Amino acid sequence: MSGGGRPLLGGDRTGLVGIDPRIRLLSATVFAFVAVSLEAIPALVAAVLIGAAGVVVARVPAAAVFHRLLALDALMLLVVATLPFAMPGETLLQWGGVVASREGLVRAVEILAKANAVVLMLLALLHGVPAPTLAHALQRLGLPDRLVHLLFFTVRYLDVLGGEYVRLRRAMTARAFRPRTDRHTWRSLGWLVGMLLVRSFERAERVLAAMKCRGFDGRLHSFADLRMRAIDGAFAVAGCGVLAGLLWLEAR
Amino acid sequence: MSEALLLQLESVCFAYDAERPVLRGASLALRSGERLVIEGPNGAGKTTLLHLTVGLLRPAAGRIIAFGRERRHERDFHEVRARAGLLFQDADDQLFCPTVLEDVAFGPLNLGRTPVHAREIAEATLAAVGLHGFGARITHRLSGGEKRLVTLACVLAMRPDALLLDEPTTGLDEGAEAALARLLLELPQAMLIVSHDRAFCNRLATRRVMLRDGRLEDA
Repeated sequence: MSGGGRPLLGGDRTGLVGIDPRIRLLSATVFAFVAVSLEAIPALVAAVLIGAAGVVVARVPAAAVFHRLLALDALMLLVVATLPFAMPGETLLQWGGVVASREGLVRAVEILAKANAVVLMLLALLHGVPAPTLAHALQRLGLPDRLVHLLFFTVRYLDVLGGEYVRLRRAMTARAFRPRTDRHTWRSLGWLVGMLLVRSFERAERVLAAMKCRGFDGRLHSFADLRMRAIDGAFAVAGCGVLAGLLWLEAR
Repeated sequence: MSEALLLQLESVCFAYDAERPVLRGASLALRSGERLVIEGPNGAGKTTLLHLTVGLLRPAAGRIIAFGRERRHERDFHEVRARAGLLFQDADDQLFCPTVLEDVAFGPLNLGRTPVHAREIAEATLAAVGLHGFGARITHRLSGGEKRLVTLACVLAMRPDALLLDEPTTGLDEGAEAALARLLLELPQAMLIVSHDRAFCNRLATRRVMLRDGRLEDA
């Protein structure tokens, strides 16, 4: 019944329910650019804190935040673990022939902070926006139709393709297929991937046909009544204030 | 008036593969008030026939006349698709929005209804097919029978004059099938039905044709 943990699915139940999704998208984009350009540690700390505050204000479920950050930081761990050894600079740690530099560590922490700040803010602003509303908003912002369709249908059909994969894989198992490291296994898995591609292509054709039958002409509509109101303006002004604060911290 | 000609195919030819044509001069007419069942073996071209009728495929030869006008080009078929609702064989091909309500409202929104109006239409149509309160459900988590009824609601929400049903009972259990048949019998729309399901066809058909060797003949 629920939309699961996906940010693009489910009803809009976050604390930012009144803000126009276009403003949210623009805010998230501008915030991402500003956060990535920051280098001063106080500014970076502030960016992460603002992202965290956003998540709290938007009332994003803790589990959703945790899962996203876990996925991100598992990847980031790699950066933090390798970057100090890859950058030259003041020696921090020495291990036989390998040297960890202070500059490398600082850079790694910077990247970690930037990535977390951006993901937190994305969650705060876009979690819970229904996929059709997001697609509609992106179209109204002038993003090419093709890109919007790609996003929208990827979200919708991931499950269908996943289901197809499971069915095919089960049918293989039913005929006693067990993956090993041999030619037969690689070839069979190759057929599986090939068949998935063929099937998804054919399904895409049928889906498009069904959409045409219901009058689809390339535009995605949604229930969301996209109209800018005073509250959206106020949100944008407040957002600009926050960003100006970050840039001031950076320039200090 | 009650005998108005809605859809007509005249000597239609079609081939996916030039060596083996599927349709070789098939002709058919659907009048208002009729529920016409098309029978024929697997691969005879029954689905192809339905797809030709709404312009998803174009005939190599022959004419397609829908709602009083011959239709040739993509833009001619926009109106046909709004007035002749096609129910696809696989419900998953038809349902692509996250929630049921969004999916049912997709057609009305495409026809230019306002969001508020589209929502009203969608809710009313869902109630009419017995799915009151299903609006917020996630489409891919519905049962097979529920999916079928939602796809029917999707098509009915466009207020069509005719329904084209492609194997509507596939994958349904007896209860769901009986419910679907009851629902269809109460609808005023003319129907073109492709189905292998004997009992279902017997309940619904007012007339039958057989598709054999690329041609249609009265059964």
